[in-house]
Amino acid sequence: MAITFDDADDRLDNTSDDPTQTTPLVLGGHDLTSVTDTVCGIVETPKPPRAWYIAITFTSVLTLVLFGMITWLIVRGVGVWGLNNPVGWGWAIVNFVFWVGIGHAGTLISAILFLLRQKWRTSINRFAEAMTIFAVICAGLFPAIHVGRIWVVYWLFPIPNYQAMWPNFRSPLLWDVFAVGTYATVSLLFWYTGMVPDIASLRDRAKSRTRQIVYGILALGWRGSHRHWHRYEKAYLLLAGLATPLVLSVHSVVSFDFAVSQVPGWHTTIFPPYFVAGAIFSGFAMVGTLMVPARAWFGLKEFVTLHHLENMNKIILATGSMVGFAYATEFFIAWYGGNPNEAFAFVNRAFGPYAWAYWIMVTCNVVTPQLFWIKKIRTTPWIMWILYVFVNIGMWFERFVITVTSLSRDFLPSSWDYYAPTTIDILTFLGSFGLFFTLVLLFIRFLPMLAMAEIKTVMPIAHVSGESSPVGDYHGDIERPTKTKGDSEETGR
Amino acid sequence: MNTRLYGYMVEFAHPDPLVEACRKVRDEGFQKWDAHTPFPVHGMDSAMGIRGTRLPWLVLGGGLSGLGLGLLMIWWMNGIDYPFVISGKPLFALESAAPVTFELTVLLSALTVFFGMWGLNGMPKLYHPLFRSERFRRVTNDRFFIVVEATDPKFHVDRTPAFLESLEGCVAIEAIEDPVDEPETAGKVG
Repeated sequence: MAITFDDADDRLDNTSDDPTQTTPLVLGGHDLTSVTDTVCGIVETPKPPRAWYIAITFTSVLTLVLFGMITWLIVRGVGVWGLNNPVGWGWAIVNFVFWVGIGHAGTLISAILFLLRQKWRTSINRFAEAMTIFAVICAGLFPAIHVGRIWVVYWLFPIPNYQAMWPNFRSPLLWDVFAVGTYATVSLLFWYTGMVPDIASLRDRAKSRTRQIVYGILALGWRGSHRHWHRYEKAYLLLAGLATPLVLSVHSVVSFDFAVSQVPGWHTTIFPPYFVAGAIFSGFAMVGTLMVPARAWFGLKEFVTLHHLENMNKIILATGSMVGFAYATEFFIAWYGGNPNEAFAFVNRAFGPYAWAYWIMVTCNVVTPQLFWIKKIRTTPWIMWILYVFVNIGMWFERFVITVTSLSRDFLPSSWDYYAPTTIDILTFLGSFGLFFTLVLLFIRFLPMLAMAEIKTVMPIAHVSGESSPVGDYHGDIERPTKTKGDSEETGR
Repeated sequence: MNTRLYGYMVEFAHPDPLVEACRKVRDEGFQKWDAHTPFPVHGMDSAMGIRGTRLPWLVLGGGLSGLGLGLLMIWWMNGIDYPFVISGKPLFALESAAPVTFELTVLLSALTVFFGMWGLNGMPKLYHPLFRSERFRRVTNDRFFIVVEATDPKFHVDRTPAFLESLEGCVAIEAIEDPVDEPETAGKVG
């Protein structure tokens, strides 16, 4: 399998903007059998590409670094981090918000785009949902280890303990425990439910005894019964309906950690929507960062087409513009509100000791996504991949700027201090990438990367005569003239 | 090992004739039968005469439990059992209880969806007579099946397979046998 970013075979261009044209969601003349063969083939090949081995070696080492750093932290205490007196929240919180934000794209794709009947989601939802879960695992790690005395971390939960003490439900930090806990659980249920029919495909094709048993148990005995599909589809719709307000609530609650406090620069009502937009922005960038190479390396360009990538880039453009607008609004309100502390906090962000971080943030988050107005950039994988990396960097710096600049210059000038991370901080953060990518690589190797059963429903064969047409993107449920559909089917190799 | 006839299975290569065939099987008056497909085929609910599931009602119950129990828990823990004043805030208020109550509502609803759906589907069920069929393995790939069980009151050992074979678009028919572990009970008084 060639490992290349070469776009020669991206000439299957389905990114036409002509609204009278139906856009086929699966290119390359696939039928039901070839969809199963392609997606299961990735998992069934006896040896993954050499790049997989190289990658997982590297990420496993990074994961070990993470565990080493956590052990060191527990042994020595939070003093090994660069925290100082005004800056009591450092990289641990920055990393937490960064990772939990990334998770949001998966739920947006799987739940909100499902309710909005955006059928192009079927090619990317499985991958994005997996990414959500791995990102939330990385996110959950940081609050758990930053509590200092990690052996009493169960005090966060309403579990009876020897002090007969209950947690304080009036604190946003506790809301966070419930929001992130619920989010992790619901995301896992959603991901697994969606995957059961595809695991059954792997089970039915399994040759070795081990695979038959493991996939057999995970598939729960799925046999494609339509009486089961009927409840399954209802359950999927219900989960999507539940996950939609949930995903909006999670980053809102995360933003309450800041907004409910009285620190200048944090105490603003714009935080919940601004955090949610930023979360989706960063999450789509991370989905793209993973998906662009994955579709090239594993031969999935006919499923994750340029049209899919272009749609994702349009969402990045929209949410990125919202984030840029929110930055501007914050500044305007800081001036218009007439509160000198608030005004100082924002001038300090842009021109104070952390100006370097602020301008990295603005460059990456405000300037970069605007490039997606250009169609050429929106539809060229290697260019968009570079922009995704910039967005990832920018969104990490956004959280850094919010967390650190406000704390380091608090109400009392005599306590001001400059915060800098230690090597332990840096290695812990890099290690969390190791954990994230290790989980992604294991997922690619052992579980179906694309939602086969769902992709089959958006293919022309799923069209039953007399029923509304499920073929094509946008308003796919509206009947189309058969001629257009026939034309689009011929777009192929 | 003795075997017992589980039922007859017919195979289709395309969803189109399957939906039509389902209508015919439904109109024939069979009760214990099912269609098996690699993906949810649209229009099958009416073709098979499947009525709505009660899952949403269970989920409503789960959600209301989460709502009620969440509020009760917060009120009792912070307001009654372990009251402490912080920032002069009231011991219990709906506003500060809203986020956690909301999350618990969603959590219990989602758990009900998950366990309710698999429970109503009778899963996990790791063994099923259909899994004995080599042909049936393509149900998760590219083939469509209709299965009529032998325990159906309308089932006839000759007429039913003949009827199934006559369905338009049917490409194969197979009898599904299920092994019976216990020896034949000869003198069983019925």
